[in-house]
Amino acid sequence: MANTRGSSRRVFLKTVVAAGATGTVAGAQVANAAGPAEHLDLPPPKPSALPPNAQVAAAEVGQVPNAPEESRKPGSDFMVDVMKSLNFDYLLTNPASSVRSFHESLINYGGNKMPEMLTCMHEESAIGMAHGYFKITGKPIPVLVHGTVGLQHATMGIFNAWCDRVPIIVIGGNHLDAATRPPGVPTFHAAQDPNAIIRDFTKWDDQPVSLNHFAQSMVRAYRIAMTPPYEPVAISLDAGLQEVPYPKGEKLQIPKYVASAPPQADAAALREAAKLLAEAENPVIIADRAARTPAGMRLVTELAETLQAPVVDQLGRLNIATNHYLNQSSRGRALVSQADVVLGLELSDFWGTVNGYIDNEENHGHGIQERGTKPSAKLISISATELLSKSNFQDFQRFQPVDIGMAGDAEASLPLLIEYVKSALPAGKKDALSQRAERHKKAWAENRARSIAAAGIAWDAQPISTARLCAEIWNQIKGEDWSMVSRDSFHSSWPTRLWPFDKYYQFIGASGGYGVGYGAPAAVGAALANRAFGRFSLNIQSDGDLMYAPGVLWTAAHHKIPMLNVMHNNRGYHQEVMHVQRMSNRHDRVANLGGGSVPVGTGIENPNIDYAKLASSLGMWSAGPITDPKDLAPALKRAVEVVKGGEPALVDVVCQPR
Amino acid sequence: MTRSFLQFASLSFAVLVGSSLQATAADDTGHAQFLKYGCWQCHGTEGQGTSAGPKLAPEPLPYEAFSAFVRSSSRQMPPFREQVLPDQDLQAIHAYLSSRPPAVDVKKFIDP
Ligand code: HEC
Repeated sequence: MANTRGSSRRVFLKTVVAAGATGTVAGAQVANAAGPAEHLDLPPPKPSALPPNAQVAAAEVGQVPNAPEESRKPGSDFMVDVMKSLNFDYLLTNPASSVRSFHESLINYGGNKMPEMLTCMHEESAIGMAHGYFKITGKPIPVLVHGTVGLQHATMGIFNAWCDRVPIIVIGGNHLDAATRPPGVPTFHAAQDPNAIIRDFTKWDDQPVSLNHFAQSMVRAYRIAMTPPYEPVAISLDAGLQEVPYPKGEKLQIPKYVASAPPQADAAALREAAKLLAEAENPVIIADRAARTPAGMRLVTELAETLQAPVVDQLGRLNIATNHYLNQSSRGRALVSQADVVLGLELSDFWGTVNGYIDNEENHGHGIQERGTKPSAKLISISATELLSKSNFQDFQRFQPVDIGMAGDAEASLPLLIEYVKSALPAGKKDALSQRAERHKKAWAENRARSIAAAGIAWDAQPISTARLCAEIWNQIKGEDWSMVSRDSFHSSWPTRLWPFDKYYQFIGASGGYGVGYGAPAAVGAALANRAFGRFSLNIQSDGDLMYAPGVLWTAAHHKIPMLNVMHNNRGYHQEVMHVQRMSNRHDRVANLGGGSVPVGTGIENPNIDYAKLASSLGMWSAGPITDPKDLAPALKRAVEVVKGGEPALVDVVCQPR
Repeated sequence: MTRSFLQFASLSFAVLVGSSLQATAADDTGHAQFLKYGCWQCHGTEGQGTSAGPKLAPEPLPYEAFSAFVRSSSRQMPPFREQVLPDQDLQAIHAYLSSRPPAVDVKKFIDP
């Protein structure tokens, strides 16, 4: 199958559909870039080497041949053919009656390969896994959920994926026909319009009423999801359509998938932006989800080097190596305040980037809101999310006027922007550029020295300092081909402050929508993706996040997904600890700790959760709780061995709050 | 899996009973106050600094500047007024922070 798809992909890359954005951007152009399914220029995941079956081979040319036993085949067999044509490695599910026929066809007719089914213990875990998996591979995986109740469990995860611009193919079961559907439970779980509950944060959805309709909608859903801005899509799967044998003689067709080229920003606007950047004294590049692929990281770096401009990486994705001297993220506010031109690439919050907000009692309790740039500073934005705004959920953030706004995909727009910047740079600017480079090299080195000095404070503290935790982890994994499959802002960003992140897959950003419970499943999904590449996955796991749905540890153990989970166990919902403290101060009251160590309602203590026991009860090697920093290294070393042996492991560490 | 876990259990891990943040007998009252009033939440339990608040120790600001800041902070840090945090307790907190050992030089550990 991989071979079939692989060779046909080479063809389809040349035949990219010239869709040009969504028609909403005047002058949007079609980028001459590779199709999104191929976009991570990485070796194919190992499990892809599957020979095509007759239907899949035929799908490449359009028509599915009639098999002799066709009259007895359920509709769901054909649905499996459609899935195979889309080259999915895995399918994630929590089993459900409304998708029972599809389930049966996947494992029996489809042989449980391409896609291979993974068992999840909560729909939110399944979505989170698909979310993390995509950020490593650039390939979406379908998530199969029960009608109504399963979809309701999945919603928060879908919202995170929406905010994080990640495509997820949600397939939900439903019993459409009220006259024939089974009474009782299946009817409770049936809905007239099941996708209504997620329509505000999906890009497209459908409820096919025939098998050909299903085939078209799946391929359409895939294409829509995979055209930047990437977003989740949903297909509602009628149980009747799955279970009923397909009519004799019906001509079934699977449309060929051809990727749409990503929308590129308007060329004239890019030229104008390039001029501003080239002439600027202090240009600053801020990148959030700019790099969709490793190529994006190279492009952001090339633009920065061309201008010798500092990059502030907001880490929605890894946009520039942490050990590149132009990565000046720690000086973000100062750089913005001095900038004469600010280029924002796929920022999720442009307002918050160029304004200050201080959450205190000033301004009648609304806090301080202040401009963070010079009044003369020019602001430039390239963002694909402008092509797709919905009104209910407010992920589009506060309104920020800009001087040049471009609705287009940053990564697809960067090649042309770089070309224009190169030709706009005045010849006499060479010296100024090398002076800038020297300045940034010096600032980078000074910042590095400051970080290392700061890491040594409270080195022997108990609870263990997050700097020590991260330094000890680094010592154990630095020789591996590692990938950190968790965010790091909850542990004072020590990993990105101390370790050299220079490969795209070494960092996967965060949840997007800040819905807690994303961390553990996204890590497992990303580790699943890394497994195929033989990489070492590290998850620094928050305690509160894990407890939303800890069953995902069982999924990791059951499916032998190697990954090192290190608990950042601070025994509380620490963000909320600080919020309640802040409110107590504002109201001039001593916070009520209720006999514990944090304000009532914010602690995860008394009893303390034993995460090592929890993990081992779910079939995972574990150690801890570790309270003495001296015990960290031996425990981590042992856990690394377990992971290198192909299994997941968890080490519980009682840590400082941040 | 279980076997390796049991073997590994020979490394003795203290299981803390109750809160990990309860001041131990070795701590002076300043540490207890530092925990009770929630300073540790943003500054770390030893005042080492975190992403939510800068380092306070070792070498905190001189007491006058320190207390002026705590009382009237008007930026990110919420002010602690005297009715909430009496002077005596703030002095004890300052004494605790002043007693913290210097940073360990970890350059070789991190950047060999
Ligand atoms: C909710 C978080 C939070 C809490 C709780 C908190 N601080 Fe702070 N503190 C900060 C932040 C953030 C700063 C940095 C200055 C600013 O933006 O306000 C700061 C700054 C300070 C400074 C100034 C340091 C310097 O070198 O300029 C002192 C002193 C201080 N805090 C002491 C305390 C003490 C003592 C307590 C407990 C009674 C406390 N803080 C509780 C967040 C906090």
